[in-house]
Amino acid sequence: MYRYDQFDATFVRERTAQFSGQVARRLAGELTEEEFRPLRLKNGLYLQLHAYMLRVAIPYGELSSQQMRKLAYIARRYDKGYGHFTTRQNIQYNWPRLDDVPAILAHLAEVEMHAIQTSGNCIRNVTADHFAGIAADEVEDPRIWAEVIRQWSTLHPEFSYLPRKFKICLIASEHDRAAMRTHDIGLRIVRNAKGELGFAFYTGGGQGRTPIIGPLVKDFVAQEDLLSYLDATLRVYNMHGRRDNIYKARIKILVQALGAEEFTRQVDEEWLRIKDSVLKLPEAEVARIRRYFAPPDYEKLPVYVESFEDKKLSDPDFARWIRANTHDHKVDGYRIVSISLKPVGAAPGDITADQMDLVADLADTYSFGEIRATHRQNLILPHVRQQDLFEMWQKLQGVKLAEPNIDFVGDIIACPGLDYCNLANARSIPVAQRISRRFSDPKRQAEIGELRLNISGCINACGHHHVGHIGILGVDKKGEEFYQVTLGGSSAEDISLGKILGPAFSYDEITDAVEAVVDTYLDLRTGPAERFIDTYRRTGIDPFKEKVYGSLKERRSAAE
Amino acid sequence: MANDRTVHQMVTAQWLLGGESIYWTGSAWSESFAEGKVYADQAAADAALAEADAFVKQRKIVGPYLIEVEMDATGPQPTSARERIRAAHNATFAIDHGSWSGRIAD
Repeated sequence: MYRYDQFDATFVRERTAQFSGQVARRLAGELTEEEFRPLRLKNGLYLQLHAYMLRVAIPYGELSSQQMRKLAYIARRYDKGYGHFTTRQNIQYNWPRLDDVPAILAHLAEVEMHAIQTSGNCIRNVTADHFAGIAADEVEDPRIWAEVIRQWSTLHPEFSYLPRKFKICLIASEHDRAAMRTHDIGLRIVRNAKGELGFAFYTGGGQGRTPIIGPLVKDFVAQEDLLSYLDATLRVYNMHGRRDNIYKARIKILVQALGAEEFTRQVDEEWLRIKDSVLKLPEAEVARIRRYFAPPDYEKLPVYVESFEDKKLSDPDFARWIRANTHDHKVDGYRIVSISLKPVGAAPGDITADQMDLVADLADTYSFGEIRATHRQNLILPHVRQQDLFEMWQKLQGVKLAEPNIDFVGDIIACPGLDYCNLANARSIPVAQRISRRFSDPKRQAEIGELRLNISGCINACGHHHVGHIGILGVDKKGEEFYQVTLGGSSAEDISLGKILGPAFSYDEITDAVEAVVDTYLDLRTGPAERFIDTYRRTGIDPFKEKVYGSLKERRSAAE
Repeated sequence: MANDRTVHQMVTAQWLLGGESIYWTGSAWSESFAEGKVYADQAAADAALAEADAFVKQRKIVGPYLIEVEMDATGPQPTSARERIRAAHNATFAIDHGSWSGRIAD
């Protein structure tokens, strides 16, 4: 993985010292809250419902075991013994004190981490496919280019005060595991007809109150032109993006207003002016960064491991976990392991300091010390030998991290919601917990198959409800929580936005409503091979609407 | 038609250092919602809110604002899910703290 050079280390240290000074001046009364707020936000520090919240950047979701142990230490020393992995591959602490934050940042800097640009109207932490470098279907390791973008975008002076926040995501496979087209710029690494590597630009996607699937604006930008094309895109946005209305300030609104074609013409015009400037990427620099992502020292392993196959045959729980939570690795004899942070009834994405330490130990023992955070709020151990899987699974079971539910209905994305967040209208986590308990039987979940359920506590859509197969949006009706259901969304390569099912459900009705949706799917599907989303696309929303509101009516009259 | 419903209000804010929800008792700040002073008169509520500004300037509190409360036999109650959760100082579900039992002392 990438290691800081002298420049990185110096700027993070300097920034930590600057923020320490800013906190001291705030506490001494030299800065008002209005003056301090933008400064703390630039360092990832929010003031939420009960306490401050510190959002720590995990560039493209990659963590070392050493970094994970430091996150555990911070959770114990300065928080309440846990952290929360987010849909941006970051981690958040929910309870730090303002006067402890400089010390937390100093600890993070010791392990090459920080909270810079995790908030504010700047280019945020770049995200990437969590299978980067290990997926058999990728054309290139996207981490190399995510790192190039991280270096270009960090403290970029021209783009520090954009009209609004700006999110960039990278993938390098046809299969989209990172919700690429829901970003301000989604990049897919591709090869052209000559076999050269380059980037397809999907610009102007986003979620929030105006969900838009990012249109393809440029099908091939050569590697050496990546930064100049990004710069040109950001310049056009910075110049013409709306600053008069926060709800219309994202680049997606500009792209829609101009039309993708006119937007691209303006970007191209700017790009032609700057493409041969210092922004042209030198091959030697890319090669230097590429070396950091050299594959680990894999062993030559047999494809068939008898002990592993025997365990699968003799232990159905282990076999179920292997099927749901492990994926093919590009190297024979290894598998990619997903650690579900969604045990039955738990808060999605939450992990205790004890669990963090265990994951760090497992990474060291079984996965070359590497860990990844996913946008679905789970963790990955990227390279585990087949022969080690049974032993590792047993250790995960010991700390409630062996739930076999990846991509099933229990693998729920949920934002912090009204239990923590100042912007939320309704709670998300307790809704996720109730649904998770309702579908607690792993056999039932496996029978239902792939079903992505995403919950947001407000229209800002941090919980990706627009692109959930089933989406749930919390709304406020006269101070009380209600939940609107959407069906048919997808964040994968078959991306689509969900459609509203009908009137919102109360907190007490929403679990029944979700179960009725699932039961309707099971009745309608042609067989287990037809996923929820495929059935929905075949039948449309009407049969779901009829069944769900019909069963709700029955329940309401039975209760009366 | 004029609305003659009496609106009961409290002043709430957050501690600057920790961000905990606090309520103005009429003479001090308390983390207990039940101890918050209830104003039935808009002018009195506005005056109490203006008074909170001195504590902002002293860097004790941030973001004071008025909230509507409902009076029942036991006293004032929050009127929204948001304020109920703030008043409880915690998430509404059992958080898994692992082996953590308290911040390590300096």
